[in-house]
Amino acid sequence: MVLNESVAIVTGGGRGIGRAIALELAAAGVKVVVNYAGRSDKAEETVSLIRQAGGESIAVQADVSQAADVDHLVQMALEHFGKIDILVNNAGITRDGLMLRMKEADWDAVLATNLKGVFLCTKAVSKGMLKQRSGVIVNISSVVGLSGNAGQANYAAAKAGIIGLSKATAKEFASRGIRVNVVAPGYICTDMTETLPEGVQNEILQTIPLGRIGKPEEVAKVVRFLASPESAYITGQVLCVDGGMEM
Amino acid sequence: MGVFEQVKAIVVEQLGVDEATVTQETSFEELNADSLDIVELIMALEEAFDMDIPDEEAEKIRTVGDAVNYIKENK
Repeated sequence: MVLNESVAIVTGGGRGIGRAIALELAAAGVKVVVNYAGRSDKAEETVSLIRQAGGESIAVQADVSQAADVDHLVQMALEHFGKIDILVNNAGITRDGLMLRMKEADWDAVLATNLKGVFLCTKAVSKGMLKQRSGVIVNISSVVGLSGNAGQANYAAAKAGIIGLSKATAKEFASRGIRVNVVAPGYICTDMTETLPEGVQNEILQTIPLGRIGKPEEVAKVVRFLASPESAYITGQVLCVDGGMEM
Repeated sequence: MGVFEQVKAIVVEQLGVDEATVTQETSFEELNADSLDIVELIMALEEAFDMDIPDEEAEKIRTVGDAVNYIKENK
């Protein structure tokens, strides 16, 4: 496999889309550092699934919005696997609410994890990637970052911010052989979307041309593509995996 | 090897320039280094001399001689 012997960090890799990405990369021969913030049981589960399939993986706790935590995460990855080739910034939270009701704390929390976290992790891995003159960063945005969504001003702002950050980083690092791309999932079946009321879910289905909710694995396969040399001539792009919602 | 020779060797390697073009007075700009090249060069110097060069000090380092002097004074 083309990704054999590479090392990846997947933030928020314990569950949902992050877990699917961790498993998909591991299946391609990548050694995966599964980062998690709070649910160590879920992260350990992801690690066990990878090991059972014959892959190599460790779980590392880190709040990506804290620089010291992120430095620890990168340090652990280097100690265990010696290098970092792939960074998947997937960690994300939601604190939905209508603008009039949105608390400042909800805004801050979502921006801190979903956007500042991407900055901190990118910065922390970039030193090594610049030195080795290679590296791949895949940032998980959302179709909401392109289209907006009522009740998600904070989430939409952070996810749109990821796109600008990714393009700036792609331009800055292109001459050093480092590619940066964005995957923007639509509605994907995870804990995050399962909590939506049934009425809302039905409404959402009406807006998806392909007529169904997506699977985490369908996002993971695109991440694997963007992480592999198969996409060697692609950088600074946003790829929507959303059943055709955004076109 | 003196500090100048060491710095010179790192500059030659990092920027991929001819040894003969690097003197104390040579500025990194003259060697066609862009801003990212200079940041990487400072990182390489930090590693080679096992020291931290704060950003505000690094900004003042524009020539090979500046780097040599800073290292001599702070090492």
